[in-house]
Amino acid sequence: MSEAIALPRLEEEAQPRPAVRRIVGLPRDAWPRILMPLIIGIVSLAAWEAAVRVNEVPPWIVPAPSVIWATLLRDWHTLSVSLWITLQITFAALAVAAGLGLVLAILFAQSKWIELSLFPYAVVLQVTPIVAIAPLIIIWVDDVRLALLICAWIVAFFPILSNTTLGLNSADHNLRDLFRLHRASRLQELLFLRLPAAMPLFLAGLRISGGLALIGAIVAEFVAGTGGRASGLAYRILESGYQLQIPRMFAALFLICMTGIAIFLVLGLVQHLVLRHWHESAIRREG
Amino acid sequence: MEKRFTNGTLALRGVDLDIGRGDFLSLLGPSGCGKSTLLRILAGLIEPSAGSLDWPTAVHDARGAAQPKLGFVFQEPTLMPWATALANVALPLRLEGMARSEREHRAATALARVGLAGFETAYPRALSGGMKMRVSIARALVTSPDILLMDEPFAALDEITRFRLNNDLLSIWQEAGFTVVFVTHSVFESVYLSERVVVMAARPGRVVREIAIEAPYPRDEAFRTSADYAALCRTVSQSLGEAIAA
Repeated sequence: MSEAIALPRLEEEAQPRPAVRRIVGLPRDAWPRILMPLIIGIVSLAAWEAAVRVNEVPPWIVPAPSVIWATLLRDWHTLSVSLWITLQITFAALAVAAGLGLVLAILFAQSKWIELSLFPYAVVLQVTPIVAIAPLIIIWVDDVRLALLICAWIVAFFPILSNTTLGLNSADHNLRDLFRLHRASRLQELLFLRLPAAMPLFLAGLRISGGLALIGAIVAEFVAGTGGRASGLAYRILESGYQLQIPRMFAALFLICMTGIAIFLVLGLVQHLVLRHWHESAIRREG
Repeated sequence: MEKRFTNGTLALRGVDLDIGRGDFLSLLGPSGCGKSTLLRILAGLIEPSAGSLDWPTAVHDARGAAQPKLGFVFQEPTLMPWATALANVALPLRLEGMARSEREHRAATALARVGLAGFETAYPRALSGGMKMRVSIARALVTSPDILLMDEPFAALDEITRFRLNNDLLSIWQEAGFTVVFVTHSVFESVYLSERVVVMAARPGRVVREIAIEAPYPRDEAFRTSADYAALCRTVSQSLGEAIAA
């Protein structure tokens, strides 16, 4: 999808008005990318619907897609409130992970000693299963929302930290020599050389962390199991399970999936827009 | 201008060179003869382990250390892929803290000087190998250096592009009058370009012979096909052969 959105921009840059055949505003070769997965999706849903109806499977075992959709519309009010809460935690965690990951990576790039002393602890955070430490965090932190945020952050921040650290250290050696030759300060080297060089890896890390932040938020909510008005999608799934409201469980699951896909696509688009002028990953090869 | 140094390490031994202001000097030798090391010492990127560099004509800073104005051209174009040609050329001025409009004006002038007017907003990936090298040369020229250090700048280019860049480099040098120290492993290139060819040998890196190329400038394609040129190339090749055998 991200490519499908971005392709016309590249075409525009190459020539003022290229002779690319467009169908409903998209280049012709972009359509298979959209149509093929869509056809697979529709066929699968139809097969699912048919199987449930033919075999008369009760909705509390496997609900038909039509029932799930009807439930989604009926319970939209409750579900949308929960969706909003999950989104808030996810994006707050992602923002903190990006900010803190970037700052830590810059610190690591300044001194090998800081990196050597702190990096193992970042790995410890990364390899400790969040399900195992989430209960502790929820006990220690009074504010449940803050506890959830911390859990999601722990899961999300490592890819950004490790990618950005690698990126900051991967600036071209000759360019570094050039900066030295012109007596650049450390700040100048960081701003004009290391940070731009790290950008592709930072964005790749951000894209991984986007999905992880959502997973972290959901897992932490499961562990916390907080009820009441201010509860996210994970709690709706737990609640629906207890009440045997299986269609609603599926509807919440559907929303989580859609959120994950949306985060992935949006971050992919950001990546493309930032890198499209120069980085190999964002450049479409001609011919 | 005069500089001398001797480096006691394995890379270079007993190197003693005088380079005059405005000279065009080539360092020629097989790989591993330390010609790039020598250039990096000149650039101040590495310190000689023994001996010293004297810069009699350079401006000295408060502590008395020489601050020669250098331009350096690497073997690769070494451009920042995220920046336009103009921004790449303006980089040394930006590092000096020059105001944006002033540095962009100068960078545009430098780009025009290497024949790339109109390519200011192009990103490096959109440029050919020869054009990228021109941007790299423009970046080295933008500070109006006294000395231009070039480390096999045209080695990766095809012959036609290399000949054109040779000619353009010569005309810029004649016009501006800076000193050039040009590292190469091509006999033909060194003879065509320079006033003096310094032949070096490997293990340990040392100067074997200095050969003056006494052909008048401007040199052009007629010189490339002349008998003088062929004879000079033969002399330099022989010295290089001896240097490799030694």
